[in-house]
Amino acid sequence: MAKYLLLKHYRGAPAAVNDVPMAQWKPEEITAHVQYMRDFATRLEGTGEFVDSQALSDEGTFVRYDGEGRPPVTDGPFAETKDLIAGWMVIDVDSYERALELAGELSAAPGAGGEPIHEWLELRPFLTEHPTVTE
Amino acid sequence: MNEALLRSLTPSVLGVLVRRGADFAAAEDAVQDALVEAVRVWPEDPPRDAKGWLVTVAWRKFLDATRSDAARRRREDLVEEEPASGPAAAVDDTLRLYFLCAHPSLTASSAVALTLRAVGGLTTRQIAEAYLVPEATMAQRISRAKRTVSGVRFDRPGDVATVLRVLYLVFNEGYSGDVDLAAEAIRLTRQLAASIDHPEVSGLLALMLIHHARRAARTAPDGSLVPLAEQDRGRWDTESIAEGIEILQAALARDRLGEFQAQAAIAALHADAQSAGETDWVQIVEWYDELTRLTDNPVVRLNRAVAVGEADGPRAGLVALAALDDKLPRHTAVAAYLHERDGDLETAALLYAEAARKASNLAERDHLTRQAARLNARRGAQDVSRK
Repeated sequence: MAKYLLLKHYRGAPAAVNDVPMAQWKPEEITAHVQYMRDFATRLEGTGEFVDSQALSDEGTFVRYDGEGRPPVTDGPFAETKDLIAGWMVIDVDSYERALELAGELSAAPGAGGEPIHEWLELRPFLTEHPTVTE
Repeated sequence: MNEALLRSLTPSVLGVLVRRGADFAAAEDAVQDALVEAVRVWPEDPPRDAKGWLVTVAWRKFLDATRSDAARRRREDLVEEEPASGPAAAVDDTLRLYFLCAHPSLTASSAVALTLRAVGGLTTRQIAEAYLVPEATMAQRISRAKRTVSGVRFDRPGDVATVLRVLYLVFNEGYSGDVDLAAEAIRLTRQLAASIDHPEVSGLLALMLIHHARRAARTAPDGSLVPLAEQDRGRWDTESIAEGIEILQAALARDRLGEFQAQAAIAALHADAQSAGETDWVQIVEWYDELTRLTDNPVVRLNRAVAVGEADGPRAGLVALAALDDKLPRHTAVAAYLHERDGDLETAALLYAEAARKASNLAERDHLTRQAARLNARRGAQDVSRK
């Protein structure tokens, strides 16, 4: 029982095999892609492995503290070179092998030409909250 | 109303329904419904016979849920041959439920979830909160687990080792949400020990009691880890330790040693020492040797290396460690500790930092980072004083 984060990137991951910007897909290919993602999440709910899924806007800004009584400083928009997260899914699975298997399936979501994107996903284990009780 | 009593009756009530011929999945749902109703009704109108009340209500819920003609015909037959339930049957029912919920066809997470619900009487929401997943996900996990074991015959005992593994997993999960899983694991293991006479069940119960006794001392008020050697032993729960040791001694006297008895023996030796310096490390190494013979688990060998480092000095510990795969979890943390004990602070600081990067647990990572920082600060101070 371990939680993993599957991270999708707008930028910053190695290039996918079927690397065509979404704006150049056919409308029905986009529909098929969105349906695949939805079905994937539904299936994981069914297997009792789904925890969370969110998509992120590709806009954003850096923010930092700037000292007592001063408003936070912002720095944006992001430079073209910045690694940019597109969204994530959190799963709770029995093994690392199972996490790999699911990440592989998610990466097979259809893209241009109805072919799998082979998108590179980042797979990251959660640090568990509580230490094991036995020392 | 006594929730502990209510939950302790869960497995035997479920057992009665299953013996009357209800299929496991439907019976389990019916018992959950009956528990909910008990929580609602009992405070105003407490029953004289709590178990009888639960059986009656759960059976009615089961009948309500089974509406088709075929099912009605079948259940009319069932009511005819309804067996009487005596105290002996209740014990057997409980035991069979443990085996069913830990069935080898289930994954570890499914077995844990099903055990907590069907044997522990926890609600799906409580289990979901304890494991930090959405309630819908946990509901699916439980219903799939029920489907998986639905074809399993209820009348055969299984392997007690599978049940113990599931209970040990629950115990090790710690606690979040409003359910204390470690305490729940102890309750379920105690209940199991009352149903079956087996030295390893006693061994696991003893192990849990002794570990649980140290819980208050194991974390500082800010949540950071306190290693065994630095714990305030005055805060250990001596009553729980005494109970664990008594159970362990009775188990060991039967001369059927197993993994959990050996682990409990090691925990007991730690608990026996008035201070960390008084720990009988030589005997602990001997128990680790015993444990290696029983399980040949690489994690046991790693812990043995730590014990060797205490019994025969850090150099001996490092030699023992060198024989092990350095990919083992916590291998680097153990190496850091032994190098520190050996006086090589520079290597130790580097290894602590590396171990922190490899840690799979937040509290452990923070602890290891602090160890690295402590040694670096000390070395920095030494450099300054030398100038």
